[in-house]
Amino acid sequence: MKTPLALAISAAALAFTSTTLADDPKPGGTVNTIVQPEPPGLVLGMIQNAPTRTVAGNIYEGLLRYTTDLEPMPQLAESWEVSDDGRTYTFHLRDDVTWHDGEAFTAEDVVFSADVFHRELNPSARAVLQHVESIEATDDHTVVFTLTQPFGPFLLSFEAGTFTMVPEHLYAGTEFRDNEHNDHPIGTGPFKFADWERGTVIELVKNEEYYEDDLPYLDGVNWHVIPDGASRAVAFENGTIDVLPSGTVENFDIPRLAEMDNVCMTEKGHEYFSPFAMLWMNNREGPTADKRFRQAVMYAMDREFARDVLWNGLGKVPLSAFGSNARFQNDDLEPYDHNPERARELLDEMGYDGEEITILPLPYGETWTRWAEAVQQNLREVGINVETQATDVGGWNQRLGDWDYDLAFTYLYQYGDPALGISRTYLSDNIAKGSPWNNVEGYENERVDELFNEAATAFPEEEREKLYREVQEILHEDVPVGWLMELGFPTLYRCDVKNLVTSGVGVNDGFKDAWLDR
Amino acid sequence: MVYARLILMRLFKAVIVLFLIVIFNFLLIQLAPGDPAAILAGQAGAADQEFLNQLRERFGLDQPMYVQLWRYVSGIAMLDFGYSYRLGVPVFDLIMDRLPATLLLTGTAFVLSLVLGIVAGSMAAARVKKPSGSLIMALALVFYATPLFWVALMSVVVFSVYLGWLPAYGLYTVGADYTGFALALDIAKHLVLPATTLALFFMAIYTRMTRTSMLDAAQQDYVKTARAKGLKPSIIQRRHVLRNALLPIITLAGLQAGQMVGGAILTETVFAWPGIGRLMFEALEQRDYNLLLGIFFFSAALVIVFNIITDLVYSLADPRIKKGAS
Repeated sequence: MKTPLALAISAAALAFTSTTLADDPKPGGTVNTIVQPEPPGLVLGMIQNAPTRTVAGNIYEGLLRYTTDLEPMPQLAESWEVSDDGRTYTFHLRDDVTWHDGEAFTAEDVVFSADVFHRELNPSARAVLQHVESIEATDDHTVVFTLTQPFGPFLLSFEAGTFTMVPEHLYAGTEFRDNEHNDHPIGTGPFKFADWERGTVIELVKNEEYYEDDLPYLDGVNWHVIPDGASRAVAFENGTIDVLPSGTVENFDIPRLAEMDNVCMTEKGHEYFSPFAMLWMNNREGPTADKRFRQAVMYAMDREFARDVLWNGLGKVPLSAFGSNARFQNDDLEPYDHNPERARELLDEMGYDGEEITILPLPYGETWTRWAEAVQQNLREVGINVETQATDVGGWNQRLGDWDYDLAFTYLYQYGDPALGISRTYLSDNIAKGSPWNNVEGYENERVDELFNEAATAFPEEEREKLYREVQEILHEDVPVGWLMELGFPTLYRCDVKNLVTSGVGVNDGFKDAWLDR
Repeated sequence: MVYARLILMRLFKAVIVLFLIVIFNFLLIQLAPGDPAAILAGQAGAADQEFLNQLRERFGLDQPMYVQLWRYVSGIAMLDFGYSYRLGVPVFDLIMDRLPATLLLTGTAFVLSLVLGIVAGSMAAARVKKPSGSLIMALALVFYATPLFWVALMSVVVFSVYLGWLPAYGLYTVGADYTGFALALDIAKHLVLPATTLALFFMAIYTRMTRTSMLDAAQQDYVKTARAKGLKPSIIQRRHVLRNALLPIITLAGLQAGQMVGGAILTETVFAWPGIGRLMFEALEQRDYNLLLGIFFFSAALVIVFNIITDLVYSLADPRIKKGAS
């Protein structure tokens, strides 16, 4: 069921596409938007949290960009080739790119960024780099990556936030985290860092020397810092703010703001991340260690209700462990519908004795608290004795890192490929205390390990698909975690901000193409 | 001479108290679940063990607790507050950066609440059994009982959204690039809502306290004497009643003044005021211990300073206290 709001968005998105085709972009103007929470710093590659990506994705760039269908587009690399055995990737770089301080961007910067900077600092890049045998600059504008074996999602790894290009001439040989340039990030992107009044605003200004003709159109982007959700909604309402990136206002404010005059909304721009909400279930002890109990939880939850009521009808109820934006989804699986009867049967069969279990909401705001209440209600309906426990971010991290929970909410990015964003949740060698982002549930299955590991390096695609389909069948049966929702995080903006979302990371690099029709 | 000795004594005690506070805060903070490395790693959305270890080593969290304590205390002794884990900026710089905004907000609220509170309280005392006196007290009770965040949000809704008179948030208009007088005016406009919100609660307390305390003083023998002397009622109120009624108000003002650095978390959050309260709240959420301890230290120091000042003001208002001290 699609709610009226979701329909309105599709309609707005259509209208939006047709107008942009008709009009010619106008240069000039400054856009005011929000960053929430205030980022700790702006050097992408050193810091990869969401607010840093949102702002700094407009300062820094990667070799490639991705469409909303996750197809690679040229960015710093204007073309690339993959060898027939899938082990050698050759990137041809643009020869007209300069850093914001005027130095030329060359292949040496790529080698330094990938081989030195990211290997030392960046866990997500490190996960990809373990498949890389060597990185070489064959001339000033050509870089060759040689892999130890084929790695299917390799071309998806060059997004600015994941594989940021950092200037070698400023960072080589320094202690990266103490580098004096961290306060004044130097990238190659369409906007330059201008000023950061901590607690108030981050100002970016147009890069006049940008290598793409006419771009960017905007004179600048101001990222306002407003810590209170209600105040952010007010700032958008009274016109100070033009763009509300996803997640910057509470869900219950969205329908009201979306109905205002001259306000548009899009669900696009999160395909690369595809945030997937899950329910950690402790596979080690308590009732949740029993597969039948976990299946019962899946049947007990009314996920459509949560989507329609708590998420304004935006987002998708997932079939299983693979989201719809990740490749290789196996859609032959039988969905876990809302079926309290089946849930009760399973609980009877395992002999659940009413032992009390706890549920930890994600401490990220009101929507998540309400969601936990809804799930608690669903579970009680089938006779599961469940209590909600509130924590703050630190406490939540600690509880999950110590495996001290029964059920807990979370959401994870999928990064467009199972080998990048999905397998990490289920691989048994990813079980380690102290982190809330690995195989926290404690699921161990040799066959699943085998399949995921083979699929990551299988070649070509058809081979991968076969392996991934099988692994989905096993996971679907075992329910190591609960699959709640592929989150729909809408971006709200004044309709006269044109061409805002043009890539799979949305506003994170979207101001490059945006212009103001004022 | 008496003052100098008094102040010296108090400063000596203050140093000891501060030292104990530093140690106590440090130990207290260890009780909070979660560590800053895990939170930083968590925000990155992807983190391996190597990343966590790098951060812990960098922050010194891999050391035993007594080593961490020793490092911290010896740092403080040299007035080195260390670096913020999250922001990588010296704690001292961060605090100094935010201090002006907070002092502007809390200072304005302090003066506003004190002046209006005493005036309203005196008026209420002079109109004890009249409707106007009851009205003042009723209003004071309402402000006293209403939660701060609600007042804040409602004032935004009324004055910014509906009426459009005042800006809803921030310290100044971003992008307007005002200077000089225009900037001062801009900041003043931004100050009205948060300062009033913050002032209301204390104003209510001062009003109630001034009234009670003045009615109390009005019953004293020296007031009867003054009246018997034939002094004008207004002079009696000001010189004899109000001055004697001020002592409890000074006590309370001292308390409020001590909170000026750290006491405005809610107001600063709702109005996006870039002050210390927000910095502290974020530091707490992020387990940014160095920053949090730094702010605690400054707040504690300020409370002690204001306690000393309060004592001095007592002796100005009531010379008998000075005699007691010597």
